[in-house]
Order: sequence, then C-alpha cells, then structure tokens
Amino acid sequence: MRIVISKRAPLPGWIQLLVPVGAILVTLALSAIPILVAGGDLLLSYTSLFKGALGTRYNFLETCVKAAPLTFTGLAVAFAFRAKFWNIGAEGQLLAGAIAAAWVGIYAPPLPKALVLLLVCVAGFIAGGAWATIPALLKTRYRVDDVVTTLLLNYVMWHIMGYLLFGPLQMPGSSWPRSPAVEAIARFPILLARSRFHLGVVLALIAVAVVWFINAKTVFGYEARAVGVNQRAAAFGGINVNSVIMRTALLSGGLAGMAGVGEVVAIHFHLLMDISPGFGYSGIVIAMLGRLHPVGVALSAFFFSVVIVGAQSMSRLTGVPVYIAEVIQGMALMVMLIALLLTEYRIKAVRS
Amino acid sequence: MNLDIATTANTGERTPVVEMRSIRKTFLEVTANRDVDFTLYRGEICALLGENGAGKTTLMNVLFGYYAADSGEIHIEGERVSLSSPRDAIARRIGMVHQHFTLVPSQTVLENTVVGRTGGFLLDLDGARRRLLGLQERFGLHVDPDAPVWTLPIGGQQKVEILKALYRDARILILDEPTAVLAPPETKELFSTLRSLAAEGCSVVFISHKLYEVMEIADRVVVLSKGRVVAERRTADTCERELANLMVGRELEERRTTGSGKIGAPVLTVQDITVKNDKGLDAVKELSLDIRSGEVLGMAGVSGNGQRELAEVLFGLRVPDSGSVTLCGEILPPGQPRTAVERGMARIPEDRMTTGLLLELTVEENLVLENHSSFKSHGVLDHAAMGRHADELIEEFGIKTDGRGALAQTLSGGNLQKIILARELSASPRAVVAAQPTRGLDVGAIEYVHRRILEARDRGAGILLISEDLDEVFALSDRIAVIYEGRIMGITDRESADREQVGLWMSGVSGVSRPCA
Repeated sequence: MRIVISKRAPLPGWIQLLVPVGAILVTLALSAIPILVAGGDLLLSYTSLFKGALGTRYNFLETCVKAAPLTFTGLAVAFAFRAKFWNIGAEGQLLAGAIAAAWVGIYAPPLPKALVLLLVCVAGFIAGGAWATIPALLKTRYRVDDVVTTLLLNYVMWHIMGYLLFGPLQMPGSSWPRSPAVEAIARFPILLARSRFHLGVVLALIAVAVVWFINAKTVFGYEARAVGVNQRAAAFGGINVNSVIMRTALLSGGLAGMAGVGEVVAIHFHLLMDISPGFGYSGIVIAMLGRLHPVGVALSAFFFSVVIVGAQSMSRLTGVPVYIAEVIQGMALMVMLIALLLTEYRIKAVRS
Repeated sequence: MNLDIATTANTGERTPVVEMRSIRKTFLEVTANRDVDFTLYRGEICALLGENGAGKTTLMNVLFGYYAADSGEIHIEGERVSLSSPRDAIARRIGMVHQHFTLVPSQTVLENTVVGRTGGFLLDLDGARRRLLGLQERFGLHVDPDAPVWTLPIGGQQKVEILKALYRDARILILDEPTAVLAPPETKELFSTLRSLAAEGCSVVFISHKLYEVMEIADRVVVLSKGRVVAERRTADTCERELANLMVGRELEERRTTGSGKIGAPVLTVQDITVKNDKGLDAVKELSLDIRSGEVLGMAGVSGNGQRELAEVLFGLRVPDSGSVTLCGEILPPGQPRTAVERGMARIPEDRMTTGLLLELTVEENLVLENHSSFKSHGVLDHAAMGRHADELIEEFGIKTDGRGALAQTLSGGNLQKIILARELSASPRAVVAAQPTRGLDVGAIEYVHRRILEARDRGAGILLISEDLDEVFALSDRIAVIYEGRIMGITDRESADREQVGLWMSGVSGVSRPCA
C-alpha cells in the first residue's frame, strides 16, 4: 500500500462554497474529542453551546456583537492577503485604533453626536492604517519581510498602550492601567433595546459590502489583485506596485483599527490592557476560513463568535473550561487548510 | 515506415538502459501519450522530436517519476520498476533538467548542487566542493561554486542543473528543450558536454523541436506527434527535411517575408543608453539605435549581452544610468511603463509567464492589464465594457479559451502569447518592442506571431525584434543589428545581410568578413 497524491480537476463552484461549511461540521465533530477528555457530556455540550450562542434573543444579539470586531479584523487580514501583503499585525492595528478612539472619546469636543462619532471612527481608522503603513514602507523601500514586521509591531503597540495607561491616559486616582471613561457623546448608540447591539455591528456589515465592492468593482481592487498574483507583471502593466501596497496597508490597518474603536466606545468604554482577547490573531484564521472573500469572512466571523459566546454557557453547564473555544478555533483553521488541500489534490491509497 | 527495422538493424552490441512499453497518460480529457514504446541505449544521445503538445515532456516526466502512467511498463537496466516520485527515479540514476529550472535563486551553486544529497547530520561542504569541481573539470561545466544562482545567466543556471544531476550520479540524463534558452555558443558548449557524457557511457535524452540541433547532436531521433511515436531514425540515415515532414506532417513553407515597402521616419530612438544589470555591472553601454516607421529592426546576439536589460529600459521596468529613449519625438520618462504604453508603445516581454501575464487572473483581466484605467469612471470599473473588449479580442486574435472568465493559467503557451499580442497590438501601436516573442512556441504559433508582427509593421509601426533565433531575425528583419557586450557590433540591411558576417559580430569580431583565401 502506498499513498498517491495527484492534482485534481477544478471542482465546480458550489463545492467551493460547501468547503467551509463542511470544514465547520468536521471541526465540530472533532471537537467531541477534547470535550470528552474534559469530561463533558457531548449532547449537553453541543446543545448548550448553540443555545448559549443562538438560543435567546439576547444571546443571539450578543453573538452578533462579538462578531463585529472579528469581522473587522478578518476583513483587514483578507484584504491584505489578497494583495500578498502578509499582515499578521491586525492585533497591533486594532490597539492603535482603540487608543485613538479612547483619546478622542475621553476628550470629546463639544460637537453634535454624529460628528463626534465620525471623528472617533476616522481617528481609529487612521491610527490603525498609519500603524500598518510602517511595515508597508519597510517592505516597499527596504524589502523587509512584512510577516516579521507586522507581527513584531503588535508587541510594540501593546507596550505603547501600556505606557499610556500607566501615564498620560491613566484614570486620575487609579493605580490600575485603565483610562478614564469615554464621554457619553462619543459612545456608539445601542440600536436594539435590551441588548448591546450597537452601531459598530452595522458598520462591520457595511465594511463587508465596501470591501467586496472595492475588490470586485474598482480600479484599486483590480490593481491590488494584480499585485497579489504577480508583482512584476503588475509593474510591467504600469501599475504602481508600491503605491498599491501602501494603500492596501492603509485600508487593512484601518479596518483592524475599527475593531478597536468598537471595543472602546461600545463595549468597555475604557481603554484597558486586555481590550482585545486576540481579535487580531483570530482575524487571520477567520480570513483563511472565509477564503479571503468578504462574505466568507463575515460568515466565519459569526461562526467564531458562536463558539466564543456559546463556550461560556457550555462551560457553566458542563464544566468544560471556556478555553475549549480556542481549541475549536485552532481546529477550524487546520481542518480548513486540509479541506483546501483536498479541493486541489486527490489522495488515493494504491496497492503496489 | 517500420519502426522495428530501424531498431533491430542497429541493436548490434547496444544495451538498452531504459525500456518504456505501452505508456499511456491522460490528463482529464487530454491523452498526452497513447501507448508509447520508447527505448534508450547505453552511451547514446537520443532526441525526442515533436511539436509543442506532442507528448515529449509528458513521456519523460513519466520516466522521471513526476507523473504516474495510467498504464504501461518501465524497465531500467532490464528490471521492471515502479517510479512513484522523482526520488525513485534519482535512485535509479535518472536526472532531468526541466525547461523551467528548479533552483533556489538565493543560494549558491554549491548549495544548489548538494540539495537532496547532503548525507547525514553534518553538511560536508568541502567534500562536496571537491566533488563538484571534479565534475566541472571532467565535463567542462564551469561555474563559480560560490556565486548565488540568481546572478548567473540562464546558460549558467542550466549548467548548475546538469551538475546537480551528475552530482547525484545520474547515468541517464533527460534535457527538456535545453537550447530554448541558450545562445549559439552556449549551445555549442552544452553539446560538447553531452558528447563527453555519452562517451563515458551515460545516456542522454534530448527533447527539442529544433531540427538542425537534433541532426547535430543526436545519434538517434524518435519523432512524436499527437501523443504517438510516428517514426524513429538514425540521424545518419535521415535529413532535416524528412524529420520536419514527419514532425508536422506537412511540407514546411520556406520562411520568407517581404518588406512593407514604406519605411518612414524614426519612431523609436535609443540615445546613448547605459544601464546596469542585477549584479551592478554595465549591461548596456552607450547604445544608440533608431527604429523607423514601417520596418523591422532585428537585434541578434548571444544571450546575456544586454538584450534583457535594454528591453527592460524600453519597457519602463529598469531605469538607465544615462541616455534617453524617444518615442515619436518625445523623450519617455524613465521607469514609467504606463507613459510608454500611453504614448503608443507595444511591449512583448521575453518571459510571458512572469512578466507579461497574471496567470491566476482571468483572460479578461489580463487583456486590460495596461489600459484598465480607460474602463473606469470615478474609480469604478465598467465590467460590461471590459467584457465586450475581451470578447472582441478573443475573437479577433483567435484565442482558444473557455471564455473571457477562464483563468489565464488554463491556456496553452501559444494562446498565452496571443493574449499578449491582442493586448499589445490591438491598440495600433506606433512602436513595438518584441523580446524573444516566439521562444518556446510551436511551429504554428510561431507563424502566427510573425504574421501579427508583420501586420503591425505594415500599419506603419516601427518594430524592434530582439531575438536569439537567427532564423527568425533573418526571416523578418529589414535591418539586422547585432548586440555584443552591451554595444551594437554592426548593422546591416536585409539585402546585404550575410549570416557569416552576423555570426562574426555575435562572437565579438568587428569589421567586415573577408572570404577565406
């Protein structure tokens, strides 16, 4: 017996769409193993997971709320990856956006609420985008590897935030690394009563549509794809490759920054050291699971959110630790990568 | 023709090292090999001849373990073998040099050579170096072991590929169109290497569609057509004309073109261009050239004499250190491909896969690579108009594809070149810079490319044809210039063009040739 791996004929489109769905089902099935190891009752675990995430109106809306930052970071990574700008730094860009939003929110100018909110968003977007242009500049000017720089700048931004929270942005009289609360005028409005469903969730959905539009319909989207598949040919065709990479970084970082904005002005209202439980890193997995397509990103962000929110009630009811959520997320990435491999290659056992 | 007669007549004391029997290989719906029998003998150079798509490369990829045959048997040294990966083939002392090299550009020659043969835990680079130098000496394959591979010309990289195979003790060496990337002197060097290999008892398979080379180097020729073996000949018993007829199945037209008859003022002027190559050395030195409307200026020359860098300057991909390029009376800003295109330059790059096309995007998207901006309003692309544009060009240039939405990578080499021609020539360019426009194409596609280039000329464009194929240069050019070490060695009109003279210029001998006493 030996294993033969051979290239497969391109699969029809509907199978391509089914792949992520299948990957999610397989992930859930495989998750039975760690759940059993942790001593959970399988049926109770899964029902409490889904009930906890989707069972009641409040829980469902809470899942939507959690999906918003994941959608932003997922879009940020997906858009950058399409242009082969390997942005692993959504986490740091998110923090940059959160810091800028907190700053504007704490010192909110006396303007109409709509203008203040616009200011908060623009500040967060630009801060995230600007942070991402540093590795883009290093990449275009000095050919420094973007995976390394985007990743390492996450830690730099985390420490900058630490400096601010123990210094200029620390709440007066507090010894904790915590900023003062953002002014009420700078907070995202709650759109549905008796929930935390805020403006940011709608903004995330708008961002999905905007990124899809940019990808599919605009000159910039075309040029970003061209640069993504073949830089030399793109340059040959007259596309300014460096400019495309810079603009891609700005948009990608800006989207990640928006994730930070929502966490500050709609969820926590303070800037905190643990403002992000790794949304930026989850964004990488979400982008892959969503096959770098904006709609796919939104769906996989929602799935992740189901797992994160649902794991809490599962944990309460079955005693399985909440960290199961991270195990499932990791498993989802691996299953998806394997599934992608299987869509392109056929593996056969041959009797020799 | 009877295949058996040819073989049995010569078996004599010859020992078969490879016997492939009834090999069949199908890709999806395409049958690349239909029950092919192929035998290779010890110490011979055997040419596999055939047009693109005849199944030559597929057959050899089966022998090298890249592809598993659907059916058929392979015997090596009389033993039936199953080759499920190149590793198996290498263990059977088979080596293959592909058309597209499999080297690590950033590593040195030595590091590339030892790949897969690094032995145990410790890397014995000194031992490897001695072994490598020994092989270089023995087969005349001289390359600096410490040079990073990306700094080598293509001919040098090919030597590294051959060294890599020999380093792994290959006794059977397969070369897939090795001369496609080589200039005449490099080819000569390669041939002498191959002869010394054969003299030491190695067997060489030489895949080619160049007849004169096959006649020169091979002992025996196997002709493939449409996946079948159609003939087998000893080179001593055949001639180029017969092989050509066997290969294409029709009488070849003699290649001859007439001028446009209306040569006008210069449209493209190169003035004192000096430019460095990737290694930081001057590749082109104060080169000046005029290309006039309605003419083809053929630039012949041995590969690596600055053609690539000159073309990149004209394309706007490389900024010259000094000098200027003038298109229709206006100086082109250096390093700006878009301006060159907008002012009416058509550019056919020598690497269509890596420079000319976006293989992972659609045919439609490739067709608008240069002018997608003209399909926009307020930053948004008009996809309907792009689609119409694509359909028109697919129709006009006869591009064989499943439609404008098909990914470029699904097209054949000839059709990929048609995408480039359609994109570049449909806009009625005033000047055309074509670098190696027919490299790697089959006879039919070559004729097509030539026809399109001549049509552009007849519409009044000035054409700079940079080619290492002398036949092509002689067939198409109104004037022939020869580039040597970054300088123009000489220019001649088509009427007075003389192959011997051009050949001398190519080898760096200036002045006018005199007949031998």
